[in-house]
Amino acid sequence: MLRVESVTKRFDGLVAVQDLSFEIVAGEILAVIGPNGAGKSTVFNLITGTLRPTAGKVFISELDITGLRPYRIASQGISRTFQTTSLFDQLRVIDNLMIAYKWRTRLGFWNTLFHTKTFKADQATAFQRAMETLEFLGLAEKSHQFIPALSQEEQKRLAIGIALVSQPQILLLDEPTGGLIPEETDRITGLIERVREQGTTVCLIEHKMQMIMGLADRIVVLNYGKKIAEGPPAAVKTDPAVIEAYLGGEVDA
Amino acid sequence: MFTKPIHTKLLYLVILAAALFLPLYVPDPYIFQIVTMSLLFAIATSGMNLIIGITGQASLAHGAFFGIGAYGVAIMTKAGITFWLALPASALIAAFAGLLVGLPTLRTRGSYFAITTLCFGVILWIVAGNWIDLTGGHNGIFGIPRPSAIPVPFYGEIPLYSQAAMYFLALGFLLLTLFALYRLVYSIFGLSLMAVRNNEPLADSVGVNTFVTKLVSFVIANFIAGLAGGLYACIIGAVSPSAAGYMMTFNFLIFLILGGMATLPGPVVGAFAIPVIMEFLQFMGDYRMLFFGALLVVVIIYFPQGFVGGLRLLNQKVVARRQRKISESGHASR
Repeated sequence: MLRVESVTKRFDGLVAVQDLSFEIVAGEILAVIGPNGAGKSTVFNLITGTLRPTAGKVFISELDITGLRPYRIASQGISRTFQTTSLFDQLRVIDNLMIAYKWRTRLGFWNTLFHTKTFKADQATAFQRAMETLEFLGLAEKSHQFIPALSQEEQKRLAIGIALVSQPQILLLDEPTGGLIPEETDRITGLIERVREQGTTVCLIEHKMQMIMGLADRIVVLNYGKKIAEGPPAAVKTDPAVIEAYLGGEVDA
Repeated sequence: MFTKPIHTKLLYLVILAAALFLPLYVPDPYIFQIVTMSLLFAIATSGMNLIIGITGQASLAHGAFFGIGAYGVAIMTKAGITFWLALPASALIAAFAGLLVGLPTLRTRGSYFAITTLCFGVILWIVAGNWIDLTGGHNGIFGIPRPSAIPVPFYGEIPLYSQAAMYFLALGFLLLTLFALYRLVYSIFGLSLMAVRNNEPLADSVGVNTFVTKLVSFVIANFIAGLAGGLYACIIGAVSPSAAGYMMTFNFLIFLILGGMATLPGPVVGAFAIPVIMEFLQFMGDYRMLFFGALLVVVIIYFPQGFVGGLRLLNQKVVARRQRKISESGHASR
């Protein structure tokens, strides 16, 4: 569904990602793991247009999307979250979601100024879709609260909701459970599974090995910007290169 | 989705009524002139609020676009074009100039955008003072004709010679501007502007074309500035380079900051309150500026959303205290 083809990213002198190829298959949960600085977030930034690859290409359903601006990538049905929870923290919960739905609507200047039929219909759809997403996230009763009133976990869930509200084909999650305690992590894991059941393909970056082993269908392991292993969790877990690089020689993490 | 409480609506109604009957109880022409000017400044500052307050892009060229509107109306009406055509045409020219200026400058961020727009403002001010054939140089343009009477079927026509007529003209355009801004700001379109202000990378990644969003906001803001400038030229009857100067920009900015950034009533409150305070402090002479400097610092530190933001904060505290009292008495009675 989404194909990364020999992508390389150089930051003067430093090679962050080197000749990386992998594919995200429709309907799966793919995890990208690797030690700190392995280039995982850079890969997401390259896919979503935040960064432009030095070489290589990115395709979505055979369409070349290499180097498109992030807002164009979003309208190709690829949504993402950021490593540090990124929200519109001056606005209400519901507003956060409606902004992310805007590109699906025709709510531009003229329609808004003249309150046309299109405006009324689209604004209502956006509100309805935002409320549905809040129900799905379990945040419906918080819809009119401001972001600082939410807990850390609720903020993480909302960040996933912002990515989900426009019904993307692929959801890229950058450390969705970073900084959360185990019970909260379990709840987010459950949410990600429900996202997949809804028919959205998921690709996530994670550090928590136990969580990944239980959740992912396939794992891509990066180290120093290169892919060192790829496969189902059981195979990756016992791969000597992975144990060497990522687990520092221990498998029980 | 975006409704206001009933007492706020009532307050607005009272203010509107007071504004409609103002010519009846303010007979002093000097004060009347100040009020009419405040209406114009309120229009211009509301436009500035859209780009600075709502979209978060610190445009310091607002006075220049105000000036484009003012000179546009002055030049066109002197050339014999009717005011009713010259006004929208001037506002459109200001908007188009905004598009041309915005295309390169909005690619810069933060303080760089402020600097480039300030430069445009200063350049335009210099041009206004030196392009004598078009603008009359430092003397400006005098004797701008008043707008022609508005024909009304079955009634005759409404003449626009009196000061009161000018007041209602300005009031009408202020209400129109506020109505348009109300629709634009309290909508998903408005949310996308705030999204750019709040978190540009996130807005980009959720499908908002941030550059076009900023550009649209800048163009609308400058259209409004041009409109206010055009009205100014017609009401004052003369324009000089100071109408296009950067001091104009900073006046608007002070109205905006003290009145209330990113709130719809803020610019109106600022544009009325500051000239009134200025009048009351007349006896202080130039020392007034010291007072305003101190006021500005205090407001920015303690009330980042100005007078209106301060009032809202106060209102929230009163409501919270009332609710606490109710819940306490509830517990006591149990």
